Amino acid sequence: MAETISLEVLRYSPERDAEPSFQTYDVPLRKDWVVLDALNYIKDKVDGSLTFRWSCRMGICGSCGMMVNGEPKLTCATFLSNYANENKPVRVQPLRYFPVIRDLVVEVTDFMTKLQSVKPWLIREKEKPVSDGEYLQTPDQLDRYKQFSMCINCLLCYAACPVYGLDPVFIGPAAIALAQRYNMDSRDEGAHERMDVLAQHEGIWGCTFVGECTKVCPKHVDPAGAIQQYKLTATIERFKTFLMPWAAR
Amino acid sequence: MDISYHDVLLVGGGGAGLRAAIAVAETNPNLSVAVVSKVYPMRSHTVSAEGGAAGVIKSGDTLDDHAYDTISGGDWLCDQDAVEIFVKEAPEELLRLEHWGCPWSRDPDGHIAVRAFGGMKKMRTWFAADKTGFHLLHTLFQTTLKYKAVTRYDEWFVTKLLVDEGRVQGVVALQLMSGRIQAITAKSVILCTGGCGRVFPFTTNASIKTGDGMALAFQAGAPLKDMEFVQYHPTGLPFTGILITEAARSEGGYLINKDGYRYLQDYNLGTPTDKPVLRNMELGPRDRLSQAFVKEVEKGRTTDTPYGPVVHLDLRHLGEKIINSRLPFVRELCLKYENIDPIKELIPVRPVIHYMMGGVSTDNNGATPLTGLYAAGEVACVSINGANRLGSNSLPELLVFGARAGKAAALAGMEQKPPSERVAAQALDEKRRLEEQFLGKTGGRERIATIRSEMHQAMESGAGIYRNQTSLQKAADKLRELRERFRDIRIDDHSLTFNTELVAALELSFMLEVGSTIVESALYRTESRGAHQRTDFAGRDDRNFLAHTLIFCNPDGSARLEQAPVVITRWPPGERVYGVKSEVKEVAAR
Repeated sequence: MAETISLEVLRYSPERDAEPSFQTYDVPLRKDWVVLDALNYIKDKVDGSLTFRWSCRMGICGSCGMMVNGEPKLTCATFLSNYANENKPVRVQPLRYFPVIRDLVVEVTDFMTKLQSVKPWLIREKEKPVSDGEYLQTPDQLDRYKQFSMCINCLLCYAACPVYGLDPVFIGPAAIALAQRYNMDSRDEGAHERMDVLAQHEGIWGCTFVGECTKVCPKHVDPAGAIQQYKLTATIERFKTFLMPWAAR
Repeated sequence: MDISYHDVLLVGGGGAGLRAAIAVAETNPNLSVAVVSKVYPMRSHTVSAEGGAAGVIKSGDTLDDHAYDTISGGDWLCDQDAVEIFVKEAPEELLRLEHWGCPWSRDPDGHIAVRAFGGMKKMRTWFAADKTGFHLLHTLFQTTLKYKAVTRYDEWFVTKLLVDEGRVQGVVALQLMSGRIQAITAKSVILCTGGCGRVFPFTTNASIKTGDGMALAFQAGAPLKDMEFVQYHPTGLPFTGILITEAARSEGGYLINKDGYRYLQDYNLGTPTDKPVLRNMELGPRDRLSQAFVKEVEKGRTTDTPYGPVVHLDLRHLGEKIINSRLPFVRELCLKYENIDPIKELIPVRPVIHYMMGGVSTDNNGATPLTGLYAAGEVACVSINGANRLGSNSLPELLVFGARAGKAAALAGMEQKPPSERVAAQALDEKRRLEEQFLGKTGGRERIATIRSEMHQAMESGAGIYRNQTSLQKAADKLRELRERFRDIRIDDHSLTFNTELVAALELSFMLEVGSTIVESALYRTESRGAHQRTDFAGRDDRNFLAHTLIFCNPDGSARLEQAPVVITRWPPGERVYGVKSEVKEVAAR
């Protein structure tokens, strides 16, 4: 293995730069180093102003998503050695389709608003008191929504979604998958409330089933599956409104 | 300068902070609650907890059993009244979380499933596969979204507590995105900032765990308690410090040395069995397992790697099915970060810093001695953890005491006066300090990373698994030198937009402060107890040290140490015994 590898990192400071530009750094190439380790090496040893988010370095906090050679990646789970034989610098950019605050840090408040809009909490018509114990849920019932509950909000799926790229109003894969996580939960009774948000054009119908979101998801959440599943539910519900307007809600 | 006003302010948006926020909103929906966090709440370190959350729910288990395991595991330094509250309220809190949607793993009949855990005599650990902390945090975060009273300050870094007329009235905080520095005031403030594992070089803790809340409280005049008790987790991956959960051992994993020998049998931890036995061998408590590692290193029976000596965790005999169904995250971590498949290969592990038993001293309602200031979660020390925390007690702790602190702060906030005018002047002084000493500073020579790495070295060699007067004194001197050198810090970044170098510098100053309190407290306690092992003072000394250590910051910046009594209710100090003989000896001890 070569001793060093080059990183081409996007730099942009709104106070200083009219346009973003790339800066190249050489970093040691170590077998167990991920792209994030290289960024930390640069920040610690070379240039303290390089700006990026990170925290757990174990793929669970969801902070360190970036574009690596054009693909959305968790940089804590992307080994440098994967790029060692490409004979060109590893290109590191902020997540696509999001406004850039600075360098590799993107603005995510839009996502936070969308997340809240799908009411991602358990909705019950009547709460039972805690003293009455747990709501029963069999392992099979748990399995129905479990995969959709694994989302770490890393936003790689938004950076992979061409629909979101064209139309930022689209609620997007992670938020829809999360809504579906609650819809499918045997303890939840809020599917109708969520339908108001999901069954509109900016909701599920915006999705043209490209499926890229599922491909890049580091937690195998399958947002594309959630969206397709929900389209079916929404269609049935809509027909019910036509056929039995008294029974749909 | 801008000032915003709230009734209750949370610093930190992890499990404790979010639970507290909900408690405030439920106590009085008319109160305004602010959650100020340096990261988006769902990035908080609670997310990394793997194994589970202890709470008595199954027949055959009792609250007294949970209390006794906690107290003996804590080497009798727990406040027993706090433990009794804790074990009683833990199941209620875990059920409440179930009602909020937490995807707890289930028995076939639909009831909550529990598993065994180190140091617990009965099976009482609730789990959500091996991502318990992740599910707990996301459930809490998503649930807070429905409370309109909660205002979030995401990615705001708190630099100082505002104290006037002897009470805490808010904070000064920096908004990362804009560089704006402002006062956020409140009638009560709850610190929920987590621990300080990043003071040490090998840690399971995320990069954000820099002891901010501990330093903020200490500098504002609140005492820290039992800071000498730092928990090593016996099984972290070398280099990354990634935690391999205790669940890997409770499912039946073996710890072996370079000869393939289950070495724990040499250290009074019981005898090897094929199937896991509670409190025996690999299911002994974390401190004893970590200490056994050091002895193995001394005997030359460990394996050398580029990151120092390791032993191995062997899961191979469990088979693919058990590993994939019960420990999927363990396998994923090994594959993704160490390129090792535990179905076929041994996992290299070493002890890594995991948890602070000590923290901001609070009563059973999270209140600190400083009026208006509360703390909950790892940042706090109630103490239910004593000299050593049992695995799966930290998640219920942050729920129980987060809820209690939230409720108490809400009630206090309703009675308290609005902030005094003098805090505005204080906030302005703090803004000036940040601008002069950091943002506008030119010409420093010391790199943040250099001071940080020398601090790591000093803490590991001076205040690690084993300590003594000489090693601790050396660490104390080194930290003093580093704090001096910190004044000459070099800042490359003078931008107002998302200045992470400024944050790193402020975090380092907090860590140097907190590191010193660990070392000073460890020097003060001349006995060995739980996670605090002095080679020059072997053995527990109940006559002189069955007491908490309190450390205060004097007005001149020096430290002052005192003792505070431990609350004993029903369990007089006994011997901590693990292994197959434990039952007999414990009955005698009771």
